[in-house]
Amino acid sequence: MQRRDLLKLLAAAPVAGAVSGIGAQVVAAPAAGGAKLLVVFLRGAYDATNLLVPVDSDFYYASRPTIAVPRPGQPNGALALETGWGLHPALAASVMPLFQNKQAAFIPFAGTDDLSRSHFETQDSIELGQALDRSRDYRSGFLNRLAGVLGAGPLTDVSPIAFTDQMPISLRGDARAANMALASVGRNGIDARQSAVIEAMYRNTALAQPVSEGFSVRDEVQRAVRAEMDAASRNAMTPKGFDLVARRMALLMRERFDLGFVDVGGWDTHVGQGAGTGYLANRLEELGRGVAGFADAMGDDAWRETAVVVISEFGRTFRENGNKGTDHGHGTVYWVLGGGLSAQAGGRVVGEQVEVAQKNLFQNRDYPVLNEYRAVFGGLFARMYGLSPAQLDRVFPGVAPKDLALI
Amino acid sequence: MRTRRQGLRLLSIVLSAALLLAGCATPRGTGTVPKVAAADQSTQLRWLDRVTWGANTNSAAQLAKDGLPVWLRDQLHPTAARLPAAAQAQIDAMVISQTPVEQLVIALDAQRKAADALPEEDQKKAARQAYQQQLQRLLRESQQRFLIRALYSPNQLQTQMTWFWMNHFNVNARKDNIRALVGDYEEKGIRPHALGRFRDLLGATLRHPAMLRYLDNTQNAAGRINENYARELMELHTLGVGGGYSQGDVQELARVLTGAGIASSNPDAPPPNVRPALRGDYVRQGLFEFNPNRHDYGPKTLFGQPMTQRGLAEADEALDRLARAPATARFVSAKLAVYFVADMPLPALVDRMSATFQRSDGDIAAVLTTMFESPEFAASLGGKFRDPVHYAIGSVRLAYDDHIATDLDPLIGWIARMGEPLYGHETPDGYALTQDAWASAGQMTTRFEIARAIGTGGAVLFRTEDKALMEKSSSPSFPPLAESSAVRARIPSFGAGTRDALAQAKTPQEWNTFLLSSPENMHR
Repeated sequence: MQRRDLLKLLAAAPVAGAVSGIGAQVVAAPAAGGAKLLVVFLRGAYDATNLLVPVDSDFYYASRPTIAVPRPGQPNGALALETGWGLHPALAASVMPLFQNKQAAFIPFAGTDDLSRSHFETQDSIELGQALDRSRDYRSGFLNRLAGVLGAGPLTDVSPIAFTDQMPISLRGDARAANMALASVGRNGIDARQSAVIEAMYRNTALAQPVSEGFSVRDEVQRAVRAEMDAASRNAMTPKGFDLVARRMALLMRERFDLGFVDVGGWDTHVGQGAGTGYLANRLEELGRGVAGFADAMGDDAWRETAVVVISEFGRTFRENGNKGTDHGHGTVYWVLGGGLSAQAGGRVVGEQVEVAQKNLFQNRDYPVLNEYRAVFGGLFARMYGLSPAQLDRVFPGVAPKDLALI
Repeated sequence: MRTRRQGLRLLSIVLSAALLLAGCATPRGTGTVPKVAAADQSTQLRWLDRVTWGANTNSAAQLAKDGLPVWLRDQLHPTAARLPAAAQAQIDAMVISQTPVEQLVIALDAQRKAADALPEEDQKKAARQAYQQQLQRLLRESQQRFLIRALYSPNQLQTQMTWFWMNHFNVNARKDNIRALVGDYEEKGIRPHALGRFRDLLGATLRHPAMLRYLDNTQNAAGRINENYARELMELHTLGVGGGYSQGDVQELARVLTGAGIASSNPDAPPPNVRPALRGDYVRQGLFEFNPNRHDYGPKTLFGQPMTQRGLAEADEALDRLARAPATARFVSAKLAVYFVADMPLPALVDRMSATFQRSDGDIAAVLTTMFESPEFAASLGGKFRDPVHYAIGSVRLAYDDHIATDLDPLIGWIARMGEPLYGHETPDGYALTQDAWASAGQMTTRFEIARAIGTGGAVLFRTEDKALMEKSSSPSFPPLAESSAVRARIPSFGAGTRDALAQAKTPQEWNTFLLSSPENMHR
């Protein structure tokens, strides 16, 4: 409880000005020109309880007899972060150094008030970012609304991209957005001359914009791939999987795009998820390496102006199930990373918190949601871009932003 | 049913004057000849692009022979499909054609249980993998069968409507064992009613294990209500959002649906022990089971009216109300118009279609006839952006015509790569049917790659089982698109940009790639 109050105090200190909108603008306005945001969506609801481990909670160890991450100091044990919390050891070489450099923060008890516990339902509702009690407008995702608000002011050339095969719901809407998956680049069969012919073929059609945007993004990706190959020929290790995608994303975002979205699947660990090692550990290791690779490839200058937010649709049950796995839960843990995190947030576990104990579980099974995601994003956007309450209301209608002083 | 068909026959006799006017009536056809016209070959090709999965020389010849009105009549009222022998043989050889779905599910459930019971982790893992592979094979066969029909069946509209209803009553094959069920769902649940009565579609989907499992009605029982199916049945299948139902109606319909589920896959299991008063309510049809022990027998009120039937008949009573609601007529008509006419269809067209829907008690062919006869439809030809399924199938039809593919896996892959895998949409709303969902930058570059794959290396579709390329003499390594009369007839109507691009092609393969990449080929 004391800890929680302290955190509240810490969080509250810089808010004073932000409430009126003035403070936030003073803080963030210089950054708005180069501010970059990447949202990483872990689809399938990752087991946040084994990512940010409540190492002081006996209840945690009692609830997860076979899948708990051991306490710090034990074999395959958690890495001590701050009082009460440890980090999954799979992130020792990737995210832990960022955390120690005050370039990473975690927000436990985060999520949405959507209680369907359905992956699709909740993923959609998060990407839409609309009020839960109204019918959904599938043509209006929250990142697209953010792009619209930014394009009208703080970032006139706002350039959003989804690093996915299809335009995700979060980026659908009126604002222009590109998309391109990055995992399987290289089997490009349409050469430069053919591309020019096809682009010209569409010049006077309604599809001219996506066609030329598509070729242009493809060419940038090709350049990024060539840079990788140059690096590889100098005996650098060749990245694979998400690490590869993340480094390519960084090259594109450093040069050209300022609002990015990517999703990573494979988190629905109902069976045999493992503890300090095992399936989930391998997934986290790959994810962590990707995030660190992204930071590295951005370079110091761009990284200072970048925020990466890792989210997921919900958390998983606090107790392990009969199959050494976990089922669909509620509250989860969000990650925020960037070279310009504030002193209050960088290298900290932030946001509203409660003691990890049975009495505080939601419906006696899950983490509660104390940090509603739209409020948290709203607070972040206010700081990153200096958005006014009226502008924030267009991104998340009717939601009061929660300023965790992340940036 | 019989009297209705007789009535239709009578009507067709009455309208024989129209047939004679058309001058090309075939004796085997039944149903009213729609009042439609296509002035020239280019317009006929546009009709084909919209009514079929894509115009090609073969379908153009059939349409030219019958004339548009009779050809369309036969599309609306199809007789049993006569697939080319080489295509039919592929379907006949499939496990899903040779084994009833009940047997498949029983065998698979036994296989899964045996795998779970293995003591060694490694053995267990291998056995589970074998189980997954078997499910995957059944899904793959269902996808192949669908594509064979879309490519080669003369009953093109029926195949298009089968996809439409599979999408409307969407199930996701990746959930549970639905990969084993989805082929039967299409074959027995959807396809027979694709041009029939909407009410029959509702009844068939309610009785199919694929739907009951996908929307969790297997979990829906008295005292443990699961609203999932009830909600989607009103929101997505019939009335539509804002169709005038309340949360209370969702709860009541969920209670109505209690007990509708899937029978035990153990063939030796006795029927559940139902108390005598309710024993007559027990129903088992194939894998479908209505179990009175799980049904909520309390009184219910739906849309302000008390339910009067009991047991499974009560569910049918609810479906009757839903099928006859004006909101359903409007919702379904609007969705058909979005699929066939325009992303934002004019309300006047939807009004006329809904009027036909209500007047005909949900006769789908009649609603489509109203739509085909409308000036809005004729004016819209060529203006719908193809979704990935239409793009891929249409391109392969144009490129290879009635040359029967022997390996459909590349086509399955192209469709998946563009983001619209068959039976793969996760959420019950189905794939979007509008341009804004598909015409993204990434989608367009992917399509150009696929255009190139079809235009220069389509021979992958003609590999045999061992994936060796067939003799070049029997199947060209790239399609002779420039020779196709269906292509040649269209070129004069192409935009200047497309004709300029084609003129810059340096090889026939490149010409194919540009043609299949053209804005004209992105539309139907």
